[in-house]
Amino acid sequence: MNTEPLWAIYVNATLINNFVLALFLGICPFLGVSNKLDTAARMGAAVTFVLVVSSASAFGIERLLTALDASYLRLIAFIAVIASTVQLVEMFIKKTSPSLFRALGIYLPLITTNCAILGLALFQTNKGYGFAQCLVYALGAGSGFTLALVLMAGLREKLALGAVPDVAQGTALALLLAGLLSVAFMGFGGLSG
Amino acid sequence: MSVDPIEPTATLGDEFFKGVWRENPTFVQVLGMCPVLAVSNSARNALAMGLATTFVLVGSNAVVSALRRFIPNQVRITTYILIIATFVTVVDYVIQAISLDLYKALGAFIALIVVNCFILGRAEAFAAKNPVLPSIVDGLGMGAGFCWALLCIGGVREILGSGSLFGLPLFHAGFQGATLMLLPSGGFFTLAGWMLLLNALRQRRARRAAAAPLALVEGR
Repeated sequence: MNTEPLWAIYVNATLINNFVLALFLGICPFLGVSNKLDTAARMGAAVTFVLVVSSASAFGIERLLTALDASYLRLIAFIAVIASTVQLVEMFIKKTSPSLFRALGIYLPLITTNCAILGLALFQTNKGYGFAQCLVYALGAGSGFTLALVLMAGLREKLALGAVPDVAQGTALALLLAGLLSVAFMGFGGLSG
Repeated sequence: MSVDPIEPTATLGDEFFKGVWRENPTFVQVLGMCPVLAVSNSARNALAMGLATTFVLVGSNAVVSALRRFIPNQVRITTYILIIATFVTVVDYVIQAISLDLYKALGAFIALIVVNCFILGRAEAFAAKNPVLPSIVDGLGMGAGFCWALLCIGGVREILGSGSLFGLPLFHAGFQGATLMLLPSGGFFTLAGWMLLLNALRQRRARRAAAAPLALVEGR
């Protein structure tokens, strides 16, 4: 049983080991949905929600698989749970807020293949977190993802107006920005002291 | 679908080389970037990751293609993911058995091959519509393209960061590596550098094609 305090888990997942900028999880939506500030924030919220729900489910499943002595099924069980959670969220958002549903578009089903979600389920299992710790870890990871996405979208909105050389248009520029953000986030490493 | 929509002109060689160059998953389609950035801090890790991904890709392409007439349309994505997850579990245990060092270096990223979007992308875009043999060749080609892209990035990062290639030292003993290249940001910068280079090459070719006489372009 891991005894890390909850606040340390949260700060660690949000800033020090930011899921996007330090662990390279969820790069595809990070590069794909970071064109507009508004969409980026909504995407971050949706991912955070899926992270928390699937983290709780993964915790239960891990207990079940350990009891059944079938841990080799872990990966398959996790991904099946994540896929159904995303499906559930999709139906829920479609019913409650059709406008948000339209804004997120194709990126909503693609949350299934966001590696941050499966990554979180695997990390929390490896670290042996308890239930509350898992939830806080998921929340922290979600805030970290949202933070990175929003920062990136802000930068890209500004740069869309700047004079960027033709060669650096598109992905290359986004990657350079991500690199600089990642250097900046390294500064938070001191917090773990 | 009753007829396989494969054009008579697309030979197996074309299917292979399209993945290596024209539709390269990393440099052209920009899919599956997480492992590209995360495990490319040395050439050895990059190669191992590339081979593992290729194996999963070929296996899942073959199975998806063989079952393409039996998978109901509504649950196809879930089915593909489960097929991919099965192959990844195999790779996970095989790497653990072969080399524990390598297993630790690659970490969770072996398991995360499941959510590598370009594998699911090939299942959906190619294997679900084509017979088994072209699907396997497509998987091999895409895998080879992924491997060399990873090697390009891993090689640069290892040479600049540790002054070695595949663990063999390249410079004299006093060489001071640039630690930045081994850190996460080094991955972003290296990939951005390759993208800039490829963009520059592509633009130069486009300019030349525009400047060249029409006959020359047609007779290439």
